Amino acid sequence: MTGMQSIITIFAVILGTMLTRFLPFFIFPEGKVPPKFITYLGTVLPYAVIGLLVVYCVKDALWTSFHGLPELIAILFIIVIHKWKKCTLLSIGAGTILYMVLVQTCFR
Amino acid sequence: MKKKAFKAALPHTLPICIGFLFLGMSYGFLMRSKGFSFVYPMLMSLFIFAGSMEFVTVNLLLSAFNPLYAFFLALMVNARHLFYGISMLEKYKNTGWKKIYLIFGMCDESFSINCTVTPPKDIDKGWFMFFVTLLNQIYWVTGATLGALLGYVIHFDTTGIEFIMTALFVVMFINQWEEHKEHGPALIGLGCSLVCLLLFGADRFILPAMALIILCFTFNGSKLRKETEK
Repeated sequence: MTGMQSIITIFAVILGTMLTRFLPFFIFPEGKVPPKFITYLGTVLPYAVIGLLVVYCVKDALWTSFHGLPELIAILFIIVIHKWKKCTLLSIGAGTILYMVLVQTCFR
Repeated sequence: MKKKAFKAALPHTLPICIGFLFLGMSYGFLMRSKGFSFVYPMLMSLFIFAGSMEFVTVNLLLSAFNPLYAFFLALMVNARHLFYGISMLEKYKNTGWKKIYLIFGMCDESFSINCTVTPPKDIDKGWFMFFVTLLNQIYWVTGATLGALLGYVIHFDTTGIEFIMTALFVVMFINQWEEHKEHGPALIGLGCSLVCLLLFGADRFILPAMALIILCFTFNGSKLRKETEK
């Protein structure tokens, strides 16, 4: 990607992000009540999107030579350590370090 | 009045400060390790100011040029803001010019504070929410910039460092899972995405997955509505 293409990509992301933040205030100016389906989506979509993002992160791993095995090991490790210590930053840090060790040593 | 609001807002943001500094630093460091100048994470954290999407954007910048896809991905990943916005329609009323910034800087953390904390009566709520939002953004941008600058000084084999994004989302997934008894939405998200990944492949599964998720909820939602009507 060239520098210009990077900037256009970043602008597209900014535009998409800002649209999600400003849109409600344009559509529902003071006093207008949003329809039920929208408020329903509001309660469920945040949960579904995180599932989508987890899959997005490992999408390329499935077709590599190890078929996502190092990813699977690290994710299982994160689940265990997070259930045990319940410390977000620790789980993220430890999981990432384990993955880095795995791909730099056993799964080269 | 401003000073008082700042003093009231600061303690609420301190727990966020630590998390934002560390996560921001790892984001900046990741960007630097992929060869980007520190200006990129600095400006991206300032203008996108949506943590998960910034991590995803690192990936986008490293793959083929497709701004439309980037736009839709940003829409979907940040769709939750639509609903934050809907819940803040009332609260952000009558805050004058600050309203624009309050909306621009409405990240998960600022939303959760502004949504749940009612400032004391003698404090202007507009300024209180303004400082909550501003302080959180300062922590995040500082973290991202520092992390990238650190990347110039510290050198080690960073192979696999991008896994921090996966780790972040896995932890968020577990947190949400334990927060709520109803696991349907999380399973719909995970299930639809996996099915579409297998059907469409890594490069084009996102949009069908999004459509399938919305479809599932449309179906589910109308079922729910019928039940409540009874």
